[in-house]
Amino acid sequence: MRDKIIFGAGIFAALYFIRNLYVILLQLPDEAMQGAVYRIFFFHLPPYFAAVFCFLGAAIASGMYLKTKRWHYDVFAVSATEVGLALAAINLVTGMIWGRQQWGIWWTWDARLTSALITWLIYLGYLMLREGIKDPSERAKNSAVLSIFAFFAVYFTYKANEWYRTQHPGPVLTIRTGKNTIDPAMQAMLFHNLFAFLLLTVVLVAVRMRLEDSQRAVESLRRRAHAVA
Amino acid sequence: MTYLNQVFAMAGKDLRSELRTKEALNASLSFAVVILLLFSFVVDPDSEMLEQMSGGLLWMVFAFSGTLILNRGFARELPNDCLDALIASPIPGSALFLGKAMANFVLIAIIEAICFPVFGILYNLTWTTQLPVLMGVSALATWAMATLGTMFGALTVNMQLRELMLPMLIYPMLIPALMAAMQLTTLLIAGQPIDAEHIIWLRVLVAFDIIFTALAAVLVETVLVG
Repeated sequence: MRDKIIFGAGIFAALYFIRNLYVILLQLPDEAMQGAVYRIFFFHLPPYFAAVFCFLGAAIASGMYLKTKRWHYDVFAVSATEVGLALAAINLVTGMIWGRQQWGIWWTWDARLTSALITWLIYLGYLMLREGIKDPSERAKNSAVLSIFAFFAVYFTYKANEWYRTQHPGPVLTIRTGKNTIDPAMQAMLFHNLFAFLLLTVVLVAVRMRLEDSQRAVESLRRRAHAVA
Repeated sequence: MTYLNQVFAMAGKDLRSELRTKEALNASLSFAVVILLLFSFVVDPDSEMLEQMSGGLLWMVFAFSGTLILNRGFARELPNDCLDALIASPIPGSALFLGKAMANFVLIAIIEAICFPVFGILYNLTWTTQLPVLMGVSALATWAMATLGTMFGALTVNMQLRELMLPMLIYPMLIPALMAAMQLTTLLIAGQPIDAEHIIWLRVLVAFDIIFTALAAVLVETVLVG
């Protein structure tokens, strides 16, 4: 049953992305200043938001794991972090492609770019820590602590970087600016793609959790086999 | 034994055992001098640019050589199962952590106290004009390194790739503190006071210290005991 729901949600996410791509590529007009390249923004901001949700979810699940010691939270934390890392990579890469087109450079040490890269490295460290610890309960415990630290560090990095002059474009959404600086059709499209990415995130996290569950089942079977033999 | 006594007993034990063998201190110090030497090839030692980069260069040295000390913090307890004995001893985990962080703080501060004059002599810079403020800033940034380093030392102590994992984990997290320390140190070495524009970096340092010390003191018991 669970597999069927995951599969159904995956199909729905795929269809939704096709619908969004159709609107983005064929229906929306070019942007007044940037021309065609602005379309990459629909694949730049939504994965970023989805990644933030993943990391927040991982931090909360890690706290819950430390409190309850239930495996399920650890499984969720590692799955969400891995998916979040992939989404953050999409955010970085699409941003770089846009920067190359608009600024003429792939990368600049702007506040937000730097923070995003640091965030990515911190969570990469999380996965490396998991790789390095053999004992499952110690791995779960230590990586849970790291995940909580990482979330604080990421927040702190964003705050500390804010005082550097920034080259990154400011907020465009109406809820952030309070003005109508963005075309309503483009804003609607952004929310559509955000929803599509969130759905994709849920599917990927669910698939990854399933994988982690089977991996642990195999591990425990192997341990039992060793104990008997 | 009051809480503070426990903290100082822990710090005293670590410092005594380090100062008797000097294994981390010697390694760290020679490493720091080697990096200081290497920097003379990065920038022209006689140029004005060196002064503008001085804060950055110095804190790179302290961050690199500091991890050698931080790595030893918990690794020192591994032989003869000393760590288990410490955990079993009747002191709270946070006292153990604060004591170890304090010992690490003192050891890194020793490295800094030697590196500043060596840097001044080798690169012909007057760095003492704002000495008391510079010492305060260094103390804040060093505590940031010590507290995060000790905490992550506890996290990585049982790993095979410990010496590699610790820097990999703490450098990205330390960036706000290192950034602030670099900005302020450059300013102070140039002989200028901390003005309204730079006071924000001092706040970053203080906030960083408070937040991460509190977080580590709360979570360290979980890491050590489980």
